[in-house]
Amino acid sequence: MDTPFAITLGPGSSSVNRTGTWRTERPVYVDRLPPCNQACPAGENVQGWLYTAEEGDYQTAWRQLVAANPLPAVMGRVCYHPCETACNRAQLDHAVGINSVEEFLGDEAIRRGWVLPTPAPDTGKRVLVVGAGPSGLSAAYQLCLLGHHVEIRDSAARPGGMMRYAIPTFRLPRYVLDAEIDRILALGIDFRPNTPVEDLTAEHGFDAVFLAVGAQLAHRAYVPAAQSARILDALDLLGDTAAGQRPQLGRTVAVYGGGNTAMDAARTARRLGAEEAIIVYRRTRERMPANDIEVTDALEEGVRMKWLATVKHADVGVLTIERMELDEHGVPQPTGELEELQADSLVLALGQDVDHTLVDTLPGVRVEGGVVQVDEHMMTGHPGVFAGGDMVPSARSVTVAIGHGAAAARNIDAWLRGTVATPEPEREAATFERLNTWYYSDAPETVRPRLDAARRVSDFAEVTGKLDADTALYEARRCMSCGNCFGCDNCYGVCPDNAIVKVPTGHGYAIDLDYCKGCALCVTECPAGAIDMIPEPD
Amino acid sequence: MPAQSVKFYQVGSRAVGNRLLDAELRTEQSSAERRNSITSGHRACQGCGEALGARYVLDTAERVTGGRLVTVNATGCLEVFSTPYPESAWQVPWLHSLFANTASVASGVAAALEAQGRTDVRVLAQGGDGGTVDIGFACLSGMFERGDDVLFVCYDNEAYMNTGVQRSGATPAYARTATTEAVGPIPGSRPGQGKDLPRIAMAHEIPYVATATVAELRDLEAKVERAMSMRGPRYLHVLVPCPLGWGSAPAETVHLARLAQRSGLFPVFEAEHGEVTSVLPIRDRIPVEEYLRPQRRYAHLFADPPRTDLIERIQQIADRNVARYHLDPHEIPHEEGA
Repeated sequence: MDTPFAITLGPGSSSVNRTGTWRTERPVYVDRLPPCNQACPAGENVQGWLYTAEEGDYQTAWRQLVAANPLPAVMGRVCYHPCETACNRAQLDHAVGINSVEEFLGDEAIRRGWVLPTPAPDTGKRVLVVGAGPSGLSAAYQLCLLGHHVEIRDSAARPGGMMRYAIPTFRLPRYVLDAEIDRILALGIDFRPNTPVEDLTAEHGFDAVFLAVGAQLAHRAYVPAAQSARILDALDLLGDTAAGQRPQLGRTVAVYGGGNTAMDAARTARRLGAEEAIIVYRRTRERMPANDIEVTDALEEGVRMKWLATVKHADVGVLTIERMELDEHGVPQPTGELEELQADSLVLALGQDVDHTLVDTLPGVRVEGGVVQVDEHMMTGHPGVFAGGDMVPSARSVTVAIGHGAAAARNIDAWLRGTVATPEPEREAATFERLNTWYYSDAPETVRPRLDAARRVSDFAEVTGKLDADTALYEARRCMSCGNCFGCDNCYGVCPDNAIVKVPTGHGYAIDLDYCKGCALCVTECPAGAIDMIPEPD
Repeated sequence: MPAQSVKFYQVGSRAVGNRLLDAELRTEQSSAERRNSITSGHRACQGCGEALGARYVLDTAERVTGGRLVTVNATGCLEVFSTPYPESAWQVPWLHSLFANTASVASGVAAALEAQGRTDVRVLAQGGDGGTVDIGFACLSGMFERGDDVLFVCYDNEAYMNTGVQRSGATPAYARTATTEAVGPIPGSRPGQGKDLPRIAMAHEIPYVATATVAELRDLEAKVERAMSMRGPRYLHVLVPCPLGWGSAPAETVHLARLAQRSGLFPVFEAEHGEVTSVLPIRDRIPVEEYLRPQRRYAHLFADPPRTDLIERIQQIADRNVARYHLDPHEIPHEEGA
């Protein structure tokens, strides 16, 4: 070796020593499945769009969002956000306010007029979608983007289904719904209002059908009543109110049932001037099907709850109530103890049934428990006829419906191409235990402002306020990017062997296996748990 | 609307970098252009804290001096694993001295540079805890006392590691080493504080004394930068966990350094002219047990029966540090600045 005077060893000459041969395990970058993504019934890549949103690039974030869900401003208001329930950050301080960021992005898109992607070239295939609710719209949107011609028929005058005719305006202002639906239909979808489909066997000229008629029949329960007792269905009450009418309910209103519709009906009754709105439910709060968010909202607005009670008889101005008891199986049993409850009207919110007459004449379609059965490809027993949303076995929410629509579209697309849709490869879960939370700043959640309860019951103004650009950015940046690299440079910094190099592609980092000794420091210090150690291949 | 600062980054200021931060606000170590003063192919054990600490310190010193830096290295792990003949992992001017005389060699380099009028070239001496607190102690004290313009960096892994984990003057109480076996009524290293060199250095009232760990990169880089902005004798003491000597997993090196600081056993502070000027407050303090338990050198404290009495004595050392340096931001108001 030729070295200058007094220099005995060449600078950096150690690089001839390939310490990678010491290794028995090697690190690999992984993309694990974050709990938010896993929990999202609509199949959103929540972590993915938050990653973009936290850079302040809201339009790109919105584009990622609408890849799965074309109704983000609606979902930001009405979704019960299972993503937040699953969020790993809840174990550190509070869950990331995913729903509020989604709403912000949705509203930004409406405000700025961002447009949906351009549909693929026409495939020549025609799909009939029956029902313009969230499931039908979601399927139509995805099918349209794939280049298929889509016709939606709905029995109602306007599109939206239960979003328009059941969800109160104080939860979902209609200008938001209109803006997002108009944007979908403007892609070139043929929407036919006031066009109920009665006989599918009579429909020709379609290559596939997606049924999404929902569950719009109020469940009938026999309540003995005096002839002039005022009894109405919750769906009618909600539909009429949403249409701008003010149904007369009287001073005290009893709502019979414990689901979300019951909550909405009671909250609507308060806004229509009822001084008292009382939910009558045969079980307890813990066993109530209504979402806890809605129950809390209702209680805040002065809605009263009468647990363990059934309506025995309805008279003018008064109900006879029987007290119930839960048996050892949690099933309510009558006790024979009766009492009277003052109520000028009784609103029935005892669940909704599917009108399945449409499929009754269709060979091969199976209806069980009142709902239409579909296989893992969302297809009914009749080839080419798919179904989703509330009319199939499901948790019945807008979010689930949107997910069904998207899943059905994937399967219909595969069907039209003569193939079978392959499910996305399963990814391992990004659990809280894999995170190195030391690196995350202490950051409590930003709470969306809410109207005071007193103001809420006085009109139909939207209850929950908005994040602004600053708070939305802050909230997006609270995301811990569980299981997915977010470019913090920790691995690059903590490697004692300089064996991690920055590269312009992929995750932005690569392992230099010539020198990586396999110490796994990068794995331990990765905040997001996005590096795994795997055995060295033979 | 609650007023929130938008200037919030999900990993705050603790991670090495952050794609959301401007490049100049990231650490030196996040830079693709960092010097890699000690480069790949060195023969340090898996997960070596000292290799990491040396790169952290020297890359920043190289940057702030514009590459006009001479380093002098004591005999010890760092020298052995970086320069097995005929290779060198160093990409900076680097001199190897004896175990004992590093500070003196550095003083000589500084004097020679001064005699040549090359005061723009700075001198950094480095060694392990053995070469610093034991064998090189007299020379170091002399360097301090004479006021020589040298930054001396001690990478403290708390024993003589490359020769087989023998006890040093910096080995903590009750830690097992090859020369202080975990036997008898007082197992492991002898009780007491050992040589607390940062405080001994402060007693010389030199311009700058600081402690740091490989777990707090930004803090460490800031201290190197601060030290290089000053003239005269300066001392930086960096805790660098040693998987071999501590009996810990190679992957836990940075984590253990963090636990040492969070337990209070390793106080992180800065002092100028003999007075403490700032401390790194403990964020989320832990009992010492959480730091001790993962290390096999303390395994005898957790045997059957456990030596809770000795663990308690170690806890008292941590408590005293917390009180002395006002490390707990919740308990004692921390006096800002000097």
